[in-house]
Amino acid sequence: MDLHLTQKIAILPVPRPTRLPSLVPLLVLFLAIAGWELFARFAGLPAFILPSPTQVAERFGRALMSGNLLYHTAITLLQILLGLLSGVLAALMLGYAIAKSRLFEQVVSPFLVASQAIPIVAIAPLLVIWFGPGMFSKVLICALIVFFPVLVNTVVGLRAVPRSLYELMRSLRASRWQMLRLLEIPAALPVFLGGLRIGATLSVIGAVVGELVGADRGLGFLINVGRGQYDTALVFVAVITLIVLALGLYGLVILLENRLLAWQKQ
Amino acid sequence: MTRKPASPVVSVQNLSVLFADGSNDASSPGGFHALGPVTFSVCPREFVCVLGPSGSGKSTLLRALAGLVPPTSGEITFSGGERPRIGFVFQQANLMPWRSVLENITLPLEIENQPVHIARQHALELVELVGLQGFEHSLPRDLSGGMAQRVALARALVHDPDILLLDEPFGSLDALTRERMWTELSRIWQVRQKTVIMVTHSISEALFLADRVLVLTARPGRVKMDLKVDLPRPREDEMRYTLHFGRLARRLKEAIE
Repeated sequence: MDLHLTQKIAILPVPRPTRLPSLVPLLVLFLAIAGWELFARFAGLPAFILPSPTQVAERFGRALMSGNLLYHTAITLLQILLGLLSGVLAALMLGYAIAKSRLFEQVVSPFLVASQAIPIVAIAPLLVIWFGPGMFSKVLICALIVFFPVLVNTVVGLRAVPRSLYELMRSLRASRWQMLRLLEIPAALPVFLGGLRIGATLSVIGAVVGELVGADRGLGFLINVGRGQYDTALVFVAVITLIVLALGLYGLVILLENRLLAWQKQ
Repeated sequence: MTRKPASPVVSVQNLSVLFADGSNDASSPGGFHALGPVTFSVCPREFVCVLGPSGSGKSTLLRALAGLVPPTSGEITFSGGERPRIGFVFQQANLMPWRSVLENITLPLEIENQPVHIARQHALELVELVGLQGFEHSLPRDLSGGMAQRVALARALVHDPDILLLDEPFGSLDALTRERMWTELSRIWQVRQKTVIMVTHSISEALFLADRVLVLTARPGRVKMDLKVDLPRPREDEMRYTLHFGRLARRLKEAIE
């Protein structure tokens, strides 16, 4: 099976990159929205079950004009960024300690692995009970979700720093700090950024889960409001905004990769 | 070159290194005996090659000199003091793939906290010395093996080290490139006037480059022969086919076996 595939790939001419591929997803998106519009109009479903794209767009305009959407988006974004930042910082510090000390790893790693068996979504209500419905519980949930993938990639990245480069630095009598700045950070960066890419997408989930469980602000709160008032178009507006946020964060990490890892690109 | 007797740059007294099994730290006794005891010293601007069968601890000797391996017993004394400046060239070029050629060469100066413009200027001089003009901003992945090893050599020289340590630096190059690098290294050594200790397993390489060849025995390595290479400099390819070269080569060959 595998062999068959590789043979096929080998025979196929390598397609030249054209402008066409970038248009194809847009076209598919357009067709999907058009299909949705037609379905919503002619299936005879009430708007609180499936609003049409035009209704969603109209609701989007209203939410935007009233300033509501921007306010709730700003709250959610702030929580995401704070959660991402603190999750990443914690993962970096713990990851460095784990990568550097076998003893520390042996002490800490069973707990870390076990902690991953706890579904954060399930304990989100607990965290909201303990830390209140304010911003802190959301930031915490977000940070907890971001923490693990970034931690793993930090450890893997640091462990993959070539021994021979450590020896070079030692022969040049580099200090601990120079070792970190000139060798470990740049060498571990590609793998770390891979983890950050995952973490960035997860951070959106973390913040929204927190808001859905209990909040009086944010896009998760807006979803709850829309659901409660049978304003399904509003739910769509909030969901689409969340998608845009997640894509934006992902794009930022890609941009960062392109800047910092230019030496890896062909 | 006439050499007045001078105090040695480095002297090694009864140095021996034991490794704990399978690890690189020499703390636990009863590990395998990698090197020594060896005793020798190297004069300023001398080019010494260390030759020996594999497993004779040649690399261990070099790594002990560089401070990468702690001596189990014995002493290494540098005339320059406790913390000599070391230029080390490894078997592989060992460049940082995220740094350009120039940035790789400035590394030792950055570690010494030299100002950026001075580091750059020194690095540019070395780029010229090793003949890599035009490649200053290339990345290591775009260099051939020989070019990468030239960068490694430039990096090892840029901070004007007290001693240059070369660990089979041309071992991973093809035969033609390797011989071209001998001539290059010979020229650079004469320009820069460095004290060099180079580990090799090639007799011709040792004779082509060295003032003195130390032959180590099989594990644990001890100095079996200390041969003065009285071939005239500058040395050229032709010299390798002379009778005297052949005689020296035979003596080394017999000492190794």
